Amino acid sequence: MTATPALQLGDIRKSFGEVTVIHGVDLEIAEGEFVVFVGPSGCGKSTLLRLIAGLDDPTSGDILIQGRRVNAVSESERGLAMVFQSYALYPHMTVRQNLSFGLENMRMPRADITARVDGAAELLQIGMLLDRRPGQLSGGQRQRVAIGRAIVREPVIFLFDEPLSNLDAELRLQMRVEISNLHDQLGNTMIYVTHDQVEAMTMADRIVVLRGGRIEQVGRPLDIYNTPANRFVAGFIGAPQMNFLAGTLADGALTLECGLTRPMHAEGHQGPVTLGIRPESIDVDLDGKGDLTVKVRNYEQLGAITYIYCAFPNDETLTVQLSRQIPLRRGQEIGVTFKAADFHLFGGDDEHALTITEMT
Amino acid sequence: MARLIPFLARTKGSADGKPIGVTDVLAYGYLVLGMLIILVPILWTFATSLKPERQIDNFDTRLLPLSQIEREIPGEGVRPIYRTRDAEGRNVEVFKTGPTRAMTEVAPVDDPAAMFEVPRRDLRPAEEIRIATENYLDPLLKRNGQDTFNFPTYLFNSVFVTVMATLITLLINAMAAFALSKYRFRGRLTFTILIVATLLIPSSIILVSLFFVVWSFGIFGSLWGVIIPAAATPTGVFLLRQYMLTIPDELLEAARMDAASEWRIFWRIVLPLSLPALSVLAILSVIWRWNDFLWPLIVLISDPAKHTLQIGLTTFSGEFDSDFNYILAMTIVSLLPVTLVFVWLQRFITTGIATTGLK
Repeated sequence: MTATPALQLGDIRKSFGEVTVIHGVDLEIAEGEFVVFVGPSGCGKSTLLRLIAGLDDPTSGDILIQGRRVNAVSESERGLAMVFQSYALYPHMTVRQNLSFGLENMRMPRADITARVDGAAELLQIGMLLDRRPGQLSGGQRQRVAIGRAIVREPVIFLFDEPLSNLDAELRLQMRVEISNLHDQLGNTMIYVTHDQVEAMTMADRIVVLRGGRIEQVGRPLDIYNTPANRFVAGFIGAPQMNFLAGTLADGALTLECGLTRPMHAEGHQGPVTLGIRPESIDVDLDGKGDLTVKVRNYEQLGAITYIYCAFPNDETLTVQLSRQIPLRRGQEIGVTFKAADFHLFGGDDEHALTITEMT
Repeated sequence: MARLIPFLARTKGSADGKPIGVTDVLAYGYLVLGMLIILVPILWTFATSLKPERQIDNFDTRLLPLSQIEREIPGEGVRPIYRTRDAEGRNVEVFKTGPTRAMTEVAPVDDPAAMFEVPRRDLRPAEEIRIATENYLDPLLKRNGQDTFNFPTYLFNSVFVTVMATLITLLINAMAAFALSKYRFRGRLTFTILIVATLLIPSSIILVSLFFVVWSFGIFGSLWGVIIPAAATPTGVFLLRQYMLTIPDELLEAARMDAASEWRIFWRIVLPLSLPALSVLAILSVIWRWNDFLWPLIVLISDPAKHTLQIGLTTFSGEFDSDFNYILAMTIVSLLPVTLVFVWLQRFITTGIATTGLK
């Protein structure tokens, strides 16, 4: 017997007038999971979160929280808490009032409210800020207060709507770790919306990749990274982006426009395909030896990692990521070797991943 | 005070070090002009309210409260005193001993027997500066037969009408504005436009129908008949709606996630955040209700115990004779409370704006 999932979405659709933004989403989220919705702007991830929160109503479909259908249940009675992108702290209340507002609305006894607020303040290290107003806090502190306001509610599910997008890079990194730690400590189910795939990769138990109101792939971060379901997911997850090289698969051989030819079969697929190869699956040789030679257009030496941006003679570009330091100059010709085991092949109208069945 | 002078003497400042630029002159000129336009009538009213009745009735437009000296002359009674020159060209104080003619008979005050004649034009009233406190004290203390102006009652009625009407106005308008700005429903914009469109109808046009409505509700002749019809103002709804549009929806959504009822969202989130706009509307409402004359006159005229200050002022103005000295003095008195409210609310506006800094 399996435990009741924290959240079930059944064929959720949402239209605003003529425009449909969610085209039938099915999803199950287990108790205690940290799920990240990721996708480019306008993919419907925030809309989906608002539907779960109850701030918007789905046009059709079922939302079940812990097995209970909540379509007709108001946002306040779903037992969820949300952290908004703009934090949405009440500017006229002190931090303590911000935290206790929700509990007061639930008519909780004073002593319990104080205990919960103090507990959350201690957890988030905002105890010394309790008497300040949001206007007197820094971005990171506001973020903590916003999370604290969600924590005190002890919700069934935490909803995060791009909570780190207003922070600077350093603080974002720090808060990322803190939110992950918080998930470990609290063990609650968390749904986190972001357009930043790094956040998705680092924080999620499972990632839901969305595009155009449809789920493209659901899976654990490394599974998605290693076996993307289609070209979109392959390109969206991973930084720097996967290299895509156009080619044709015919008669048991892959012929790339940049000049490479490899014997290859893929589920009997014939015709135009795209070869995907991650930047770190490419090795370089300064003497020009390898599968192909490319010209160095630009490079970034970060010490531990070297990024090389190259171009084939037919102007297709190739990004290489090396975990060592090598001497480089622009315009230099270098040889590149592809690790055949890391090839991804995409074909068909939807550019789905093809299983490479045979390589001789 | 030490901070006030540098504040008032602020200039735009410029890079080339010139202390006063053209824009400063224009800005201060504009401000001074505006200040004069507002202040001159009030100052004139105040200055005139200090003048004795006779000076006002004579249309004496000098600013100072001057009145003719009157002295007790032995054997003649109290007489007005004039200044003139006698035959030797000395200045003397005289009083008239006969009727005023081209050549008027006068006698010096020190020597009533030494009559002489002077041209009427050479007689100048001997004047002294005397603040006519009786303009204020007579109606307030019911002296000198001025017992019709019941100041405490009028003040109470005015304050009651103003306070109650303002509170109801704020509440009703804020609720309407909240709905019109934050809820999505069919015809939201239509309702807003309809409400604003009623500004185009002059109040005198609906006076008669309003009279019938108030009459049929049985509040004619009571203070509520003044308070309730004026409670919902299109200006207030529009002002608050425009302000509430600037409150982010995410705040309301956060409150809904926080299990706040719509009623609580209104009281705990929307109203506190609208404080600057509410203060503006409160000031406007206080001014409207305090200065309101025509409608209270219609509703309350029959019962002097229900008169407001503005109606009360009409007791000094009769069909044939108006006591302008009392009218002006009591006008000044009736201005004081509303001025104090202004000063008090102004502090609220600045703090209101300061605390609303949402990110």
